Amino acid sequence: MSIVINEPGLIAEPEPIRSRGGIVWDTIRRRPSATIGATVLSLIIVCAVLAPWIAPYGLHEQVGPPFGPPSWEHPLGLDDGGIDMVTLLMWGARISLVVGFAATLVSMLIGGTIGVTAGYFGGKVDGVLMRITDYFLVIPDVPLMIVVAAIWGPSLFHIVIVIGILLWTSTARVIRAQVKSVRERVYVKRARALGAGHVRIVMRHVLPQVAPLLIANTVLTIAVAVFDETALAFLGLGDPSRISLGKVIENAFQRAAISSGAWWAIVPPGVVVALLILSCSLLGQALEDALNPRLRVAHVSARGFRLRPLVGRNADAL
Amino acid sequence: MSALLETEDLQVWFDLPGGGTLHAVQGVSLGLERGERLGLVGESGCGKTTTALALMGLLPANATVSGRVLLDGTDILRGAEETMRPHRWVDLSMVFQGAMNAFNPVKTVGSQIVEVLELHQRAVGRAARLRTGELLAAVGIPDDRADRYPHEFSGGMRQRAAIAMALACNPSVLIADEPTTALDVMVQAQILELLDSLCRDFGLALLLVTHDLPVVAQLCDRGAVMYAGELVEHGSVDALFHAPCHPYTRLLFAATPDLHGDGLPASIPGAPPRLDRQNEGCPFRPRCDRAFARCVDQRPLLRTVAPEHGAACHLNDVAAEVAH
Amino acid sequence: MSSERRGCGGRALSSNGAGALLDVEDLVVAYPIARGLAGAVRRRPEQRVLAVDGVSFSVDRGELVALVGESGCGKTTTAQAVLRLVEATSGRVSFDGRDITELPNRALRPLRRSMQIIYQDPYESLDPRMTVRDAVEEPMLIHGLGGSRADRRELVREAVARVELTPPDLFLERYPHELSGGQRQRVAIAASLVLEPELLVADEPVSMLDVSVRAGVLNLLDRLRQEGLGILMITHDLSTAARYAHRIAVMYLGRIVEIGPASEIVENPQHPYTKALLSVVPRRDPRDRKRPQVLTGEAPDATRIPSGCRFHPRCPVAIEECRAHDPELLRPRNAVSPDHRAACILA
Repeated sequence: MSIVINEPGLIAEPEPIRSRGGIVWDTIRRRPSATIGATVLSLIIVCAVLAPWIAPYGLHEQVGPPFGPPSWEHPLGLDDGGIDMVTLLMWGARISLVVGFAATLVSMLIGGTIGVTAGYFGGKVDGVLMRITDYFLVIPDVPLMIVVAAIWGPSLFHIVIVIGILLWTSTARVIRAQVKSVRERVYVKRARALGAGHVRIVMRHVLPQVAPLLIANTVLTIAVAVFDETALAFLGLGDPSRISLGKVIENAFQRAAISSGAWWAIVPPGVVVALLILSCSLLGQALEDALNPRLRVAHVSARGFRLRPLVGRNADAL
Repeated sequence: MSALLETEDLQVWFDLPGGGTLHAVQGVSLGLERGERLGLVGESGCGKTTTALALMGLLPANATVSGRVLLDGTDILRGAEETMRPHRWVDLSMVFQGAMNAFNPVKTVGSQIVEVLELHQRAVGRAARLRTGELLAAVGIPDDRADRYPHEFSGGMRQRAAIAMALACNPSVLIADEPTTALDVMVQAQILELLDSLCRDFGLALLLVTHDLPVVAQLCDRGAVMYAGELVEHGSVDALFHAPCHPYTRLLFAATPDLHGDGLPASIPGAPPRLDRQNEGCPFRPRCDRAFARCVDQRPLLRTVAPEHGAACHLNDVAAEVAH
Repeated sequence: MSSERRGCGGRALSSNGAGALLDVEDLVVAYPIARGLAGAVRRRPEQRVLAVDGVSFSVDRGELVALVGESGCGKTTTAQAVLRLVEATSGRVSFDGRDITELPNRALRPLRRSMQIIYQDPYESLDPRMTVRDAVEEPMLIHGLGGSRADRRELVREAVARVELTPPDLFLERYPHELSGGQRQRVAIAASLVLEPELLVADEPVSMLDVSVRAGVLNLLDRLRQEGLGILMITHDLSTAARYAHRIAVMYLGRIVEIGPASEIVENPQHPYTKALLSVVPRRDPRDRKRPQVLTGEAPDATRIPSGCRFHPRCPVAIEECRAHDPELLRPRNAVSPDHRAACILA
C-alpha cells in the first residue's frame, strides 16, 4: 500500500493535515510571522504570569524619587510614585492580559455559538441571528464602552463584559461562513444520510473542522480586546484598583511625565502594549491565512524550469 | 523524412517542498508524424501531463528537464525558454486539462481569442475579430456567440472555444490534455468528432493525452502507454489491443469495461511506485502477473518488438533470446 | 402480470414472487425557481422545475439496477429522493413493501440502516480527522448498535476485511489522506456494510478512480450483490452499466425513456436516444469503429421542456406527431424480453 502521487502541475490538491498536532502547530512552526508572533506572545505571557516571583522589586515599593531616570538598577527608570518600571510593566501586563483573555472568552462563547447555530441550521434561524449580529455590529465600540463604564462604574468585571459583547460579531460571521461550507461537504451529508442527529454532526464533524479557525479568530480578538482595555484605562475609565498597562500610561500622563521629560514612564508601557497586540495579530493572521481552504495549484509558467545536459542512456528512439 | 515532433530521452524532475526530488518523467522518447494522431495513455501520476507540458516548455520553476525535443529536426529544448517561446502556440499548441474552466469570466470569449491573436502578432483590431469569427466557426460556434461571456456557454461549447484558441496561430501540432473528461458522453463524442475533422481539414498532428483507452482506440492511429514516468509500450492502436507486448497494456485493456462481450473487467491490484525514490528493477513488477527473476533488479529497456511497435518488458527479451 | 400502463414497465416481480425491495412509482421531484424581486412584485406565477417527472422502477434483492443518463437528466435527484434525502413532490417510494414517501423522520431513522448511499467523491466522503476505525464505527454509534466496545471493534475489523482491505490492522489507524482513492471508497463501503443494509445506492461510485482500480471496487459491489444486497447504481458510463447491471433504465430530462434487462437494452435498444447514446460510446477494440450517431446540441435545461416527446428536437427519426404526442413507456414491437419498455411511438 503506497500513497498515490498526483502529478504536480495543473491539478489542485488540498493540503493534507500533516501532523497530529494539526494545522495550528504546523503553521506556528513553518511561517516566520507566526513563529515570531507566538514567541513574543509567549514571552510576554510568561513574564506576566510569573510576575509575582520574578519581578525585581515590589509593586508598591518605592525605590527612588518620582520619575527617577533609567539606571543600572532600574533599566527603565521609575514612575511617578518612584516604583520600578520593569516591575510595573510585568504586573501591568498581567491585568491587560487577564482582561484580554476574559473578554475574548466571553466573545468567543457568544460568537461561536451564534455562528455555529446560524451556519448549521440556515434558513430563518440564520436570518434572525444575522440580523441581531448586524445590530450589534453597528454599535460604535468606544462610545458605548465609555457610556457603560460611566454608568455602571469601572470595575474589571464590567469592562470584561462590555468588551466581550462588542467583539463577538466578527467571530460569529467568520464561524458562520466556515460552518456553512463544512456543512456542504460530502462526509457531513453522509453522516446525515446515515441518520446522525444534529448534535452529533456538529460535535463530531463540524466543530473539529471549525476549531482551528476559531483559534485564529480568538487570537485576533485578544489583540482587539487588549487594545480596547488599554484605551478605556487610558481614558480614565479603567478599574482604578487594578494597574493595567493602560493605567500605567494614564498615570504617567496625569502626573505630567511628558513635561518632566520622563519618556521612560510612557514609551515602554506603550511599546509593550504594541508588542502584545502586534504579536497576537501576527499569529492570528498567519493562522487565518493557513486555514483558508488553500488549494495548492501549481501555475503553468514559462521561463521557469531548469535545463540539465543530456544524461547518457541507451534507448531505442522511435 | 524525420518526424514532425520527436522527443529523445525526455526527463523531468521536480523539487519537492520538503526536500528531495520527484522523478516524474523518466526517459520518454516518442515521435509524431505530420497529420498523425498519437494517444498518450496512462493513469494518474504516470507523467503524461508533465510530458505534454515539457513539450510546450511550460513547467514551473521547481522543475528540471533534460533530453531533446525535436521540432522538424531542430532541438527546441536546448535553449529552454529562448528556443521554446518562438514555437509556442505558433507551431505547437495545447488545450490544457480543464481549459474550459480557465476562461477569464469578466471578458467575452471573442475578446480572449482576439487577445491571443494580437499577442502573437497575427492580426489586430478588425482583422483579428474576423479571424476570431473564422476560428469559432471552424469549431462549430455560431458567430453571434463571440460577444458572450464564458458563463453563458455550456461546458461543451467552452471546450470548443478552448480548441479554437489553441488553433489561433495555425499550429502544426495540437496537444489535447484530457479534452473530454468531465463532459457527458454525447458531448464527448461531439468534441472527438470535432478534433477528428479539424485534424483532417487542417492537417494537424494530434497528441491526445488521456486516461481513457477506448477514446484512444477510436480516435488515434497510434498509442503510447506510460507507467510510473516511463514509456512502457508504443505502437498502432490495433497492435496495442490485439497484440500487446507489455503486461500493463494488456491488463489495462482488461480492466476497461466494454459495452459488448462477456465477463467482468479485472482490476490491477496494488498501486504505482513512488517516484520520489530510486526504484530497482521493473516499476510494474509488484503488480505484474508474469514477473520473473530478472524483473526484480533489472530495468527493462524500450525495445522494438515489431515494425513500429516497441515495449519495455523482459518477457520480450526472453522471447527474442529463445528465438536465437 | 405486467400491465401496459405508464410507468409500470420497470417493476419486475422478484424471483420469489414477493414484492421488490425498492419500488418507485410515478416519482415527481420539483424545485421552485426563484422569481426575484421583480418577479415577485409583478406577481409572476411561481415556476417549478420538474427535475424528476414521473419515474417508476424497482430494485430487487441481489439485483443491480443502473440508472444511466447525461447530466441534468434527474438520475441523482431520483436516487436522493429514494433515500428521502430530498423530498418528493408526488409519487410513491416503497421499501420492503412499506410506503416510506411520507414517513416522518422519527420512523424513518431506523430504516436508514437498511438503505445506504455511496458517494462519487472518495476524497470528500470521509471526515479527514477520523481514522478508518472511527469512520467505520460511527454508524454503529449513531444507531446504538454493536454492543460493547470490544464487540464493535470486532465488527469494524470484519467490515474492513470484507471490503478487501487486508490485513485490516494495517488500515484501521490510518487517516484518509494516507489512502488512495480506491481504498477510501472501500472504507466508505465498509462504513455502510457495518449496518447490514439491504439496499445500497451507489452514485457514480468509481468515476473519480483510476481505471485499473475501478474494476476492483465494482467487483466488490458485485460480490456484495451476490450475497443479497440490492444495488441502485447511478452512472453516466454505459459500458460499466452494460457489464454490471441486470437492468438498465435510461433517463432523459426527468423521465425514463427506456428500461429493461441490461443485455437487451445494449444489444437491442428501441428508443432513438438509447440508440444514439450506445453508438457514441467508445469501444476498446479499434476494429470496432462503427459510425457513431452524434446528436447535435445538448439537452435543453429542465425549465424549457419541449412539447410532446421531450426528445423530439434532437431525435434523428422524429416525425410530425412527435411534437404533439408525449409517449408512454410501452413494450416495443421488436422487444425480445417481456420487461422491455420504451417511450417512443415509433418503437
